[in-house]
Amino acid sequence: MLKTYRADLHIHSCLSPCGDEGMRPRALVNQAKAMGLDMIAICDHNSAENTAAFISAGDARGLKVLPGMEVTSKEEIHLIALFDAQESCAALQNLIYQNLPGENVEEVFGPQTVVNERDEAVGVNRRMLIGATLLPFEQIVSVIHSLDGVAIASHIDRQAFSLVGQLGFIPEGIPLDGLEISPRTSKEEAKSRFHPYQHYSFVWFSDAHYLEDIGKSTTPFLLEETTSKEVKMALHGKEGRRVMEA
Amino acid sequence: MTVSDIVKSFGLKIRAGKNRLDQEVRGGYTGDLLSDVIAHSRKGSIWVTIQTHPNIVAVATMKELAGIILTGGREPDSETLRKAEEEEMPILVSSLFAFELTGKLYQMGISGMG
Repeated sequence: MLKTYRADLHIHSCLSPCGDEGMRPRALVNQAKAMGLDMIAICDHNSAENTAAFISAGDARGLKVLPGMEVTSKEEIHLIALFDAQESCAALQNLIYQNLPGENVEEVFGPQTVVNERDEAVGVNRRMLIGATLLPFEQIVSVIHSLDGVAIASHIDRQAFSLVGQLGFIPEGIPLDGLEISPRTSKEEAKSRFHPYQHYSFVWFSDAHYLEDIGKSTTPFLLEETTSKEVKMALHGKEGRRVMEA
Repeated sequence: MTVSDIVKSFGLKIRAGKNRLDQEVRGGYTGDLLSDVIAHSRKGSIWVTIQTHPNIVAVATMKELAGIILTGGREPDSETLRKAEEEEMPILVSSLFAFELTGKLYQMGISGMG
């Protein structure tokens, strides 16, 4: 049976250098539950090393957590990747690690903490996760799809690190599954400003870096169950699944 | 001054649009954020950038720019080349970085917004 699920599928953890240190599994899952969310995704910059801990924490408290990532292309465009299988997310991470130069400078960009499901720090990622990969945007989209993932262009209404900001407009023929609009742009504004791209589904997520921002912006989906596969069907309006008006 | 004069002065490598190098260069713009280039570049300008994505050809064509110079030895994507040939948009490659190349172009008498 189809049901409406409220989702915030773009949340950073303490692994992202810019993500607050308080963005740890139990605390984050509790906050998401308190905000009435049915489904979240952890999308750290160019790494998915914290997703397993968040999925366990979510399982323990009855919140669906999808493994994801926010990848930076060589054009410095941010792209959200969402998966059902951890292995698929790990496969994307492998490719990214092979194409991600540099080492993090913690004092400048912030700490990159790897945690377990009990909110304990268990390690530090030393790569420069805030940096850009050497991979072209369109190649990343096609790799995500080859791994059965969902590809959504991040915050296209922002100037910095967005598909529209970096490339001026969305090139034709990129098989994106959706476009994310940041909380700063309203639905009405987005509809008129991005009218040429209305053949894509628009979604609103929080892009939270702090606990208090979780669920600040969400998208309701009509789905059979809370999987990325179902989200993808909704983004393409297949078999009754769809993105609901908030 | 023509695109060809710039090519000769700096030993730029010609990657596309070799039949359109006789175009007059009326000014210059340096930038990598394409939405910014769309907003501020002017017709007839030479554009200095590190972006190699095919959208640079669309932006340059739309803004009727004289040509695109990629800096730091960056090479255009293959699809970028294909589009540039189709649109006859010169794509040139310089081993200099944007600051040096822009400075040299300015010294040659190519002005910016002024």
